[in-house]
Amino acid sequence: MILAYVDHRDGAPDDASLEALTLGRTLAERTGWPLEALVVGRAGRAAAEALGVHGPAVVHVAEGDGLDGPYAPQAWGAALAEAVRAASPKLVLSPGTDRGHETLAHAAAALDLPMVANCVDISPGEPTVVLRQRWGGTVLEEAEADGPTILCSVALHAVQAQPAPAPADPEVRPFAPPVPEEAFRVRVIDRVEPDRGGVSLAEAKVVVGGGRGVGGPEGFRVLEELAGLLGGAVGCSRVVTSAGWRPHAEQIGQTGTRIAPDLYIACGISGATQHMVGCRGAKRLLVVNEDPEAPIIAHADWVVLGDLHEVLPAVVAAVRAATQD
Amino acid sequence: MLVCVKRVPTTGGKITLTPDEQEIDTRFSGWTVSPHEECAVEGAVRIVEAHGGTSTVLTLGPAAAEEQLRDALAVGVNDAVLLETDGSEWDPEETARAIAGAVAGLEADRGPFDLLLFGNEAADTADHQVGIRVAHALGRPCVAGAKALELRDGTAVVRREAPDGGWEVVEAPLPAVLTVKEGINLPRYPSVPGRIRAKKKEIHRVAPERTGGRVRKRRLVLPPERKEQAEILGHGPEAAPKVVEVLRSLGLVR
Repeated sequence: MILAYVDHRDGAPDDASLEALTLGRTLAERTGWPLEALVVGRAGRAAAEALGVHGPAVVHVAEGDGLDGPYAPQAWGAALAEAVRAASPKLVLSPGTDRGHETLAHAAAALDLPMVANCVDISPGEPTVVLRQRWGGTVLEEAEADGPTILCSVALHAVQAQPAPAPADPEVRPFAPPVPEEAFRVRVIDRVEPDRGGVSLAEAKVVVGGGRGVGGPEGFRVLEELAGLLGGAVGCSRVVTSAGWRPHAEQIGQTGTRIAPDLYIACGISGATQHMVGCRGAKRLLVVNEDPEAPIIAHADWVVLGDLHEVLPAVVAAVRAATQD
Repeated sequence: MLVCVKRVPTTGGKITLTPDEQEIDTRFSGWTVSPHEECAVEGAVRIVEAHGGTSTVLTLGPAAAEEQLRDALAVGVNDAVLLETDGSEWDPEETARAIAGAVAGLEADRGPFDLLLFGNEAADTADHQVGIRVAHALGRPCVAGAKALELRDGTAVVRREAPDGGWEVVEAPLPAVLTVKEGINLPRYPSVPGRIRAKKKEIHRVAPERTGGRVRKRRLVLPPERKEQAEILGHGPEAAPKVVEVLRSLGLVR
């Protein structure tokens, strides 16, 4: 059996969980093993309906006083661990999100079982062979794992979430796992709503990014101006945040924000792998750089060679002229 | 405070692999500490500056990882522990067991650490589990992904990214384990006196017991590269009209 851990917000499964479930369905077809899902919290019962189109035969709902409240990582891991003990799946899948990784790691630690993060493909067997991302997906690793159950997170956006050809009407199976009191020592006690003013970097349709070539904090003014004209957001490379020129919230990269705009305009950025991991989701890339040998050019759709402090003011003026016509 | 770091290759614009497909080719690059862990080191130093006490940095790695320990000593960490290996890769389970064992040993000598700090995930392997496994082995609470930290009356108050944007606040009673993300602070650069002090410090070496892992690397593979060449729109400000054409083709400019 394959068990997919599904994260949900008040009964609505998150996109990454549906990606994991889609991979689970593919593997279930390959192996002939049944696919089941687990949600935590009574509100998760509502998720069962939404999950039907993705094909699990059973949706387990872990319920109980503590589990019906706000997220508590170790307790969620304990609930998943209990489901694994009860059903002995060969494979457990989780979404490749922060929460997915956290819950899965708590379950793996509680069960003393191996966990493999950021998988893009899995061949169950003895041993189970996985293809997984390293360096934010810049390098792939083929690895093998031994154990009665292997816990795998599915790398974000490695699989496209797709409904099953024939939707199922899954059986909803509530259960009340015993969760030790100490597993609730850490729990979400407050939420701070996102700042909806301005365009968020992660969701922006256009991003104008700056790197070392911008030269300093003042140099970002022209990037802000261009981003403003295009209704986009400003981002930057790690060099820029490490120097304190811009806040870390604007960093695009492996350890910053992953962006997915229609257009990314990268200015004075050489293209270190740390940065490229963060902008891989961009549909189009326009590079402004003095250096024709900059590694980022290998990823570009369009390139302007030259000093960004000469190029961008000209682009801003030309965009203004075009919008005024 | 105990802060755990990992030595990883410095990656520039292009990653190449060794001919045996086992490692990243580091002949022309150096080594560093994973970015999240640089911030964990800075966090440990700041907590000691604000609340007193001492900080220790620990790594599991080859003898050469002494370099990363000295980097942490240079920015103000008090002492360093090297769990020395032959340089081959340890899987996350055996790594966590070795670290938990070393922590227990250190604590038997000098009393419990209030906080164990880790990076949320290492830059290279991104296993997302070593800190959490250590917390379980030691029976301590764990908060992953910390992007802001405050210590209040024996409690760590942590802010971290919520799944749908914004922040969530979580608390953990000390002693606790925290995994940190870059952005929690801006790490300082080492001073020259700091570097000199770091050079002279003795590194406490421990031979960790290898208990065996269940996840084994077979080989590394580079994903296929794209073939299309970029279109050069022009040189300098003269390229502006071409840029506007591109923006227009994407519907961004009328």
